[in-house]
Amino acid sequence: MTLRDTLQVAMRSIAANKMRSFLTMLGIIIGVASVIGLSALGEATTISITQAVESLGTNLLTIDSGAAGAGGVQFGQGSAQTLTYADAQAIAADDPDISGVSPMVQSNGQALYGPNNDSVTIQATSADYATMKDLTVAQGSFFTNQEVTQSANVVVLGSDIAQILFANQNVNPIGATVDIRQIPFTVIGVLAAQDTTGFQNPNDYVDLPVTTAMNELTGSNYVGSIIVSAQSPAVMNQAEQEITSTLRFMHHLTGSEASDFQIFNQATTLSTLSSSTQTLTDMLSGVAAISLLVGGIGIMNIMLVSVTERTREIGIRKAVGARRSTVLLQFLIESVALSVTGALIGLLIGGGGSEIAGALTHVGNLVTPGPVLLSIGFALLVGVVFGVYPARKAANLNTIDALRYE
Amino acid sequence: MTAPTREGDQDVQPLIEMHDVVREYEIGGERVRALNRVSLTIQHGEYVAIMGPSGSGKSTTMNMVGCLDVPTSGTYRLDGIDVASLSDNELAALRNLKIGFVFQQFNLLSRTTALQNVELPMMYAGVSRKERRARAEEALARVGLSNRLQNRPNELSGGQQQRVSIARALVNRPALLLADEPTGALDSHTTEEILELFEDLHRQGHTIVIVTHEAEVGRRAKRIIRFVDGQVAADSQTDSRPDSRADSRADSRTDSESDSGPAFSARFATTPATPLPPPVREGF
Ligand SMILES: Nc1ncnc2c1ncn2[C@@H]1O[C@H](COP(=O)(O)OP(=O)(O)OP(=O)(O)O)[C@@H](O)[C@H]1O
Ligand SMILES: [Mg+2]
Repeated sequence: MTLRDTLQVAMRSIAANKMRSFLTMLGIIIGVASVIGLSALGEATTISITQAVESLGTNLLTIDSGAAGAGGVQFGQGSAQTLTYADAQAIAADDPDISGVSPMVQSNGQALYGPNNDSVTIQATSADYATMKDLTVAQGSFFTNQEVTQSANVVVLGSDIAQILFANQNVNPIGATVDIRQIPFTVIGVLAAQDTTGFQNPNDYVDLPVTTAMNELTGSNYVGSIIVSAQSPAVMNQAEQEITSTLRFMHHLTGSEASDFQIFNQATTLSTLSSSTQTLTDMLSGVAAISLLVGGIGIMNIMLVSVTERTREIGIRKAVGARRSTVLLQFLIESVALSVTGALIGLLIGGGGSEIAGALTHVGNLVTPGPVLLSIGFALLVGVVFGVYPARKAANLNTIDALRYE
Repeated sequence: MTAPTREGDQDVQPLIEMHDVVREYEIGGERVRALNRVSLTIQHGEYVAIMGPSGSGKSTTMNMVGCLDVPTSGTYRLDGIDVASLSDNELAALRNLKIGFVFQQFNLLSRTTALQNVELPMMYAGVSRKERRARAEEALARVGLSNRLQNRPNELSGGQQQRVSIARALVNRPALLLADEPTGALDSHTTEEILELFEDLHRQGHTIVIVTHEAEVGRRAKRIIRFVDGQVAADSQTDSRPDSRADSRADSRTDSESDSGPAFSARFATTPATPLPPPVREGF
């Protein structure tokens, strides 16, 4: 018997049992499609979360007041103020791997322009902040280093604040004087609207030079925190070390004295996040794997149900002279053809589905080779094992027993 | 060279030689004996009918002879070779090329056309597609089914299925034809045609064993073996006819060319593959 004959017999058998063939494939189709689709979904979620975090800036370090995780009594972060404007200046002046420094002072207050007023978050910072946070100024400009040094009474408004204060006023906000906590500030810029992340609305912020805030609002030399940007994500660790030694020097800390500040690394946050999204991906993959398994059980079921018919078929083939190996080869080809076709259809559906979903969500298509190979491999295995197992059993029977099988 | 006869040459190897064959089935822990020490010998070229009441072990014997089943105890030699010593592949080749089996239950592939069913043994024999098809069509024509080539078994009557099964058994021109109730589902006219077909084959030297309930059919054979309760109860030659077995066998070649008109038997006569039973072990 030629291979061509064997192939033809297998194909005819598939065509002759359309319903059985379809049901067999259906299990594989659903299994493969769900593994591929769900793992792409997990991948997409991971990427979009990572992108969101990265948009905060991967080369940023945040320095907070407070003891760094020492034993004993633990004070809350920033429970005692230890960071000063001078610290920020020292970091900017001394540390080579640093590209920008923003001392931060946050406060709340009322902003007033003519009849309009609104409560705002006052964020005082340095000129570097705009670059470090990639802020876009829609009108006017952000304040300069000089304005910070001079502690000028200038303000940059968030887009929502600008809208509220200048509603129905028909004036250009730039150059207008706005009262914040009853102190007049000249508006020099309005920020473009930013995406809201989390619970805070950055469009509700007003940005002042940090020196102005210290002089006019808080009356203290302390700043809440300092945000530092490293030259590149690659030098984050060096930057962190430089900052630590600069600050310890500034704070007169020696030897084994604990630091009175903490440095948070954006990259660490990122890795924590991505490990939790990895868990999500794994979970989705697990669900998909279960559906593949269920598909496999479906195949097994159909194959076992058809075993009577198949056993008799094998008995007949053997009775008229088929060798055991020929019969097994025919069944193997049949199973492989079914499971490969099923896997390919599953791949098309799963891959196509993720392609469409990817295009709609702008994450791009995230079908990775891993799940594709895994699910197709598993589908093949299931198809072959459950296709050939009954065949093997039947082929090993006494011919007459196979013919009589009920 | 003339074919050897049973009477003339005692050294000649019998084709079928069963000795004390027992076949037991285990049913619910109890042993049921379907064959109880059956011994029988059939020579090359014989035409034998096996008769006996239902359940007497006729089919069981046929399955054994056709290498589909193996004895629980006792020996079965086919053309001198102990079948128990043959490998699975050797048995497959034997069933494929040397033995044609007409099953009592037909045993056709259900989702396969009549033509494909008849082609099946030739496919396993490695016959080319073209020849396969031609021979299958011819065999089906010989059993009167030219107009049912593309029907599946469930689209055929019982008698038609039986004839497809006969065509399949004959299509590889087996030296040994085993037919279990081959006319059980046939009307008298069709029965007659099939019996003529068998007689043609017999004249050409094929060995034929049929199981039948019909005395009419049994009488057409040259020898009748009666089974009762899994044992051979009687073994007799039928009434001698003008053409005794030895005579007919001697002229078989000229005979079949001159007076056996139907294409099917002509094919058997003229094809070199037709095994006229040789006295040697290899290939009957
Ligand atoms: N697979 C089997 N399992 C158990 N018992 C069996 C099996 N096959 C046959 N038998 C028993 O063996 C005995 C002989 O059966 P067999 O089929 O040879 O009878 P038979 O002579 O062909 O009868 P029939 O004329 O009805 O076809 C019966 O009693 C039957 O019940
Ligand atoms: Mg029977």
